[in-house]
Amino acid sequence: MSASLATVSYIGATILFILSLGGLSNPETSRRGNLYGMIGMAIAVLATVFGPRVTMAGIPWIVGAMVAGGAVGLYAARTVKMTQMPELVALMHSLVGLAAMLVGFANYIDPAASAGLSGAEKSIHEMEIYIGILIGAITFSGSVIAFGKLSGKIGGNPMLLPARHWINLAGLLVVIWFGREFLNAHSISDGMTPLIVMTVIALLFGIHMVMAIGGADMPVVVSMLNSYSGWAAAATGFMLNNDLLIVTGALVGSSGAILSYIMCAAMNRHFISVIAGGFGTTSGATPVAGAQPAGEVVPISSVDTAELLRDAKSVIIVPGYGMAVAQAQHTVYEITKHLREKGVNIRFGIHPVAGRMPGHMNVLLAEAKVPYDIVMEMDELNDDFPSTDVAMVIGANDIVNPGAQDDPNSPIAGMPVLEVWKAKTSIVMKRSMASGYAGVDNPLFYKENNRMLFGDAKKMLDEVLLALKT
Amino acid sequence: MPLTIGVPREVFAGEKRVASVPEVVEKLIKLGFKVAVESGAGDAANFSDDVYRSAGAEIIVGAAKLWAASDMVFKVREPSADEVGLMHAGQTLISFIWPAQNPELMKQLAAKKVTVLAIDSLPRTLSRAQKMDALTSMAGITGYRAVIEAANAFGRFFSGQITAAGKVPPAKVFIAGAGVAGLAAIGTAVSLGAIVRANDTRSEVADQVVSMGGEFVKVDYEEEGSGGGGYAKVMSEGFQTAQREMYAKQAKEVDIIITTALIPGKPAPKLITAEMVKSMKPGSVIVDLAAERGGNCELTEPGQVVVKHGVTIVGYTDLPSRLAKQSSTLYGTNLFRLTEELCKTKDGIIDVNMEDEAIRGLTVIKNGEVTWPPPAPKVVAAPPAAKPAASAPAQKKSGGHGKASAPASATSTAVMFLVAAVVFWFIGSGAPPAFLAHFTVFVLACFVGYMVVWNVTPALHTPLMSVTNAISSIIAIGALVQVGPEGWIRWLAVAAIALTAVNMFGGFAVTQRMLQMFRK
Repeated sequence: MSASLATVSYIGATILFILSLGGLSNPETSRRGNLYGMIGMAIAVLATVFGPRVTMAGIPWIVGAMVAGGAVGLYAARTVKMTQMPELVALMHSLVGLAAMLVGFANYIDPAASAGLSGAEKSIHEMEIYIGILIGAITFSGSVIAFGKLSGKIGGNPMLLPARHWINLAGLLVVIWFGREFLNAHSISDGMTPLIVMTVIALLFGIHMVMAIGGADMPVVVSMLNSYSGWAAAATGFMLNNDLLIVTGALVGSSGAILSYIMCAAMNRHFISVIAGGFGTTSGATPVAGAQPAGEVVPISSVDTAELLRDAKSVIIVPGYGMAVAQAQHTVYEITKHLREKGVNIRFGIHPVAGRMPGHMNVLLAEAKVPYDIVMEMDELNDDFPSTDVAMVIGANDIVNPGAQDDPNSPIAGMPVLEVWKAKTSIVMKRSMASGYAGVDNPLFYKENNRMLFGDAKKMLDEVLLALKT
Repeated sequence: MPLTIGVPREVFAGEKRVASVPEVVEKLIKLGFKVAVESGAGDAANFSDDVYRSAGAEIIVGAAKLWAASDMVFKVREPSADEVGLMHAGQTLISFIWPAQNPELMKQLAAKKVTVLAIDSLPRTLSRAQKMDALTSMAGITGYRAVIEAANAFGRFFSGQITAAGKVPPAKVFIAGAGVAGLAAIGTAVSLGAIVRANDTRSEVADQVVSMGGEFVKVDYEEEGSGGGGYAKVMSEGFQTAQREMYAKQAKEVDIIITTALIPGKPAPKLITAEMVKSMKPGSVIVDLAAERGGNCELTEPGQVVVKHGVTIVGYTDLPSRLAKQSSTLYGTNLFRLTEELCKTKDGIIDVNMEDEAIRGLTVIKNGEVTWPPPAPKVVAAPPAAKPAASAPAQKKSGGHGKASAPASATSTAVMFLVAAVVFWFIGSGAPPAFLAHFTVFVLACFVGYMVVWNVTPALHTPLMSVTNAISSIIAIGALVQVGPEGWIRWLAVAAIALTAVNMFGGFAVTQRMLQMFRK
């Protein structure tokens, strides 16, 4: 295959990737979109393998690696539970990061890659390698830590080193200084030391960055790492003079960046402050003491909950991470099905940051066969709460906190929330009275029209379902 | 020493309610009180002495003994002159009093050096007070019963039906005044299958009418009728003319009219004239819930059911008493909630805390001193102020994601353009052409990505992440071109290929699996 033909194939692959992302605008077209993505990827890989730069001798190696990796990937895709999607995604980000690092190193030690370059071109090429490895390393270690946090192998609480911002700043300066050293290196072995030092610092920086971020900020982190994996690919593209990589990397990078932005907007927080970490530990603790909500908490039994649901004409369910933890989505679906057969208008209200990654709740509900046209975004149904009989909150806390609107001193003030307290009755399912991730007491629990259903979400919902059926 | 709560038999003729029911007696005892009930107090409401006794109450025969034994007395109707005579100094009475209408009674009670809490004087705008609002619970029952009375007097079905014997049109019900009683009436009539229309001078209740399944009929005249505190006020002459026209029109069309219009401290407005009654279809029914205050209909006779011009006009003034079991239970619960507020220590001793806004409003006589009317309540919801507050968050919402966000301010846009210009100039002056070609592609791709991704529905954000993940395994190409014959580079490249292959296959496969799950 000639070089021109390979380039044309790349253009085709690029278009297919754009169509693939475009298809996700609607669940109907999304499956076709995914197919476009697969075709695009197949074209790109085949065009490269049969292109001018891969020799016949390399093909067995390539096939072997592809088969080995592909088998692992397919196995993981088949067996992963939908509640574990955030972990899987984080893990996959780390692989992209690691691959970018390896490609960067391979490119650097390959004398053929930089042959014929001199002056500014050589500097730029080396800078591309350096930045590519830097981003790859941060993505890799950050994603590994994110995976650990999401899967519970590492504690979810933010780990805050003293003077952590200074540590990061010092790291950055060291990286810049070694970058200068790297550019000035005369031979490959000379350049190796600064490159490795930088890689180690970048790895540590990735670990430190994600360690400092708490559990509920995970949607931002996961989408940010998604963005980084894209930029890593784009940087590799610059390094290899490959437009396909640049375009694809840019697409993925901007996609992740937009997701991060949406998540931050949904929490009314700045991207910088999420990345700086430590939410809810220092700043959150002080104002809470003054604003203790008055009133009493009224518990309710599962039988009474079923009674309320049976009498309701319209119901909105607000799921949160607690539902995922308790694996309660199938029971939720059974209840939904039962009530829908009775003619109850039942809908789901999804807050953008509910769960541990963007869209997490939607996937869980889809897995449980909840039809997607009754799963609404926050903005779509927030105005409907006053005409709703029962709003049921399952394992969510901060996203339904009225303090975000009423109390300007609240640490989450200004964050958009689902206005469940405007429904005639709200029921909050919770394991105990412990405050949410943000460490803020929730005035919702003390509202007169609110009832608390204490206990494990799955167990309580099973009881509710049983009571509904009798 | 715990106090004794006395529940006497109501002496007012025809009054069937009782101020406490066995269920509530149990709760009062749990609060630490002793409860004494006059023998026969609950008979008319179907609560026998035995049931009270098994709930823990002491049964006392004879009103005089009961009043003497009680530290607190719960009543429904305001006490008669005889009952006031039975009271002793230091006693506390909780009951309907209507201090504005009964100045004579107030004087007598004050002379007895007692404390009186008038349940009708509760500051109703206080949300905390809702659980003790007996006016609301009684009004709800009144509204319900009004429809039942109407149905009783009406010669047809409420719901439209098509039967083998022919078609039955649904009854048309018009409800004047959508307060608590009006809304309850709407709900009841709707559930019986009638077509329900309602009107109120307060335009903010239109939504409530619709939410109960009714249709709100507007008066063709612009004027806001909220008089503060959630009550209506007297309207202007022009409005009243327009209103009369609307009522005249409705009277011709509907089968049943239920009127509930009351203005605090004023006689009930005459909404339905004799002319309008004449224009109604024979067999129609009017239920006048304002009968006690003169009635909304000119032809109403309070306490009576009369037929005039072929129209049955129900003027009962004791509708809650006609549903004695229900209203006693609700009233008893209201009083229990009030007792809870009075006895926060749960030891059977009450504290009439005049600092508490709700209790301050309720207390009309404290130890013989008249404390009515209370100072103006601190919080009165002003209807005009509520509107801008409500529209502000609505506007804010339109900036949410999914739509284009609000344009940035001119200065910040200018700054961004300046920074971008400097960066581009810097790159353009130093970089070789080959790099610039790639850079062009990169910048354009970022923009394409930006446009495409904003269109992604939030429900598919997780598949978006997994598919971008799969796509970013395109980095494999970088590894593919480096699979050479040599040792180190080859191993690095092969490892990179294997890693990206995991992503490539795994990412697409898991996306496919997720997308299969999304269904209608």
